[in-house]
Amino acid sequence: MRIRSMLPVLALVGLMTSCGQNTNATPETTQPTTTAAASGSITVFAAASLKGTFTTIGSQFEAANPGATVTFNFGGSSSLATQITQGAPADVFASASNKTMETVTTAKLAADPSVFAVNSLEIATPTTQSIPVTSLADLATPGIKVAVCQIDVPCGATALALFEKNKVTVTPTSQEPDVKAVMSKVTLGEVDAGIVYVTDVQAAKGSVTGVEIPADQNVTTKYPIATVLTTKQPATATAFVQYLLSPAGQKVMREAGFAAP
Amino acid sequence: MSRRHRTTTQPPWPVAVPAVLALLFLGLPLLALLIRAPWGQLLSVLTSPTSLDALRLSIITATAATVISVIVGVPLAWLLARAIFPGRRFARALVTVPLVLPPVVGGIALLLAFGRRGIVGQYLDQWFGITLPFTTAGVVIAEAFVAMPFLIITVEGALRGLDGRFEDAAATLGASRLTVFRRITLPLIAPSLVAGAVLTFARALGEFGATITFAGNLPGVTQTLPLAVYIGLEGDPSEAIALSLVLLAFSIAVLVLLRDRWLRTGTPT
Repeated sequence: MRIRSMLPVLALVGLMTSCGQNTNATPETTQPTTTAAASGSITVFAAASLKGTFTTIGSQFEAANPGATVTFNFGGSSSLATQITQGAPADVFASASNKTMETVTTAKLAADPSVFAVNSLEIATPTTQSIPVTSLADLATPGIKVAVCQIDVPCGATALALFEKNKVTVTPTSQEPDVKAVMSKVTLGEVDAGIVYVTDVQAAKGSVTGVEIPADQNVTTKYPIATVLTTKQPATATAFVQYLLSPAGQKVMREAGFAAP
Repeated sequence: MSRRHRTTTQPPWPVAVPAVLALLFLGLPLLALLIRAPWGQLLSVLTSPTSLDALRLSIITATAATVISVIVGVPLAWLLARAIFPGRRFARALVTVPLVLPPVVGGIALLLAFGRRGIVGQYLDQWFGITLPFTTAGVVIAEAFVAMPFLIITVEGALRGLDGRFEDAAATLGASRLTVFRRITLPLIAPSLVAGAVLTFARALGEFGATITFAGNLPGVTQTLPLAVYIGLEGDPSEAIALSLVLLAFSIAVLVLLRDRWLRTGTPT
């Protein structure tokens, strides 16, 4: 009876020691930063606007590095940055603005980010418009419903910069937590217009109608990427960043409508 | 009332260890919230315009959702408990769906029903010029959708457990059905009705997924406390923590209000 009653505790102790072994084992897997033979699984925290491209690049990276697996956590850049500074197990962070990346570098959790893409804004409208939108100025029409990202995420800050640059007064109907949430409100026709990225309109493949903003009016945002310094898979994390910056990774970004850094 | 079970003074430790782990697991996060709370600047954070707007909006919408739930939920609970009609089992199952449905799915369903292009919403817009998403009314609808089942199920349970003889006696003495309901049934189920309403209010107050999906996020219009917490985490985490404390305080208040129902052990009500 005594011995049997100890079993759960033994199991618990076993679990704890095996966890310990895992952390001890990681330095051995560290390899020189060549593109060859990255292995192990990494988690990439990436801005919501990177969902399509990074999913593609992730499977290409896995195909090029058998033994490596990449999982993604897509979301608003600033909430991802908060998650990382609160200790979320991220290996790589790709943000939609330098400002949100700074949150992580200031916390000494990442260093020397590389800019891998540039994005600009576009107006997304439902395929059947109830209020016609042909230019930025139309967003000031009384009664129009406009969705933007909330001010703390990059697409919201960039949208505000866009309005200020062109001196249009827009009263948003909703400040969504990330750019994909803005897109869904436009796709469902709940709003008359949404401020999103050029790449989101392209990725939507006709489920929204894009209204382009001329380059002289438009505002851009830079996308930096960095490995998270607490990563247990530094080799694989670095290899992923290098793959993204390589011609193969950049080709995916260009095809999706991102501009070169 | 005599105690039926003698309390064991020395629990065997294979039971005690996991039990303490479970207790720690449930308690630690709440303790962390209290430890990391910005106590020094709590007052200034909580009296900021964003916080006050969210607090005011949350109380108004949760109250409205509770009132609506009582007005239409009590009659439905009565029907489910007492009336015999085709599809009663189906109706009861339908009522419990929002309880287990992920709220964000509820939000999408509400958009498809009451959104501007929704199956009902398009006519509301065309005929009356009413659009519900992104309005305070939309918040109330999202909250009522998620919270009303709590009221219906609590009240229905009370009605089923009721001793029918009191109502029969009143009826034989000549009371009309409405009088019986008002003078006998309602007072008898009053404690359950209050408990159900408090639960509904608490659930409505904490509603997040359906609200942000159906009503969006706009300070002062649709940004309730949970939304302010979520959005605050992206900008100013200390504000998010302070607002979380407010919600925690509300939750504890609900527990205190319902303590007789849940915290008294051994005596089923």
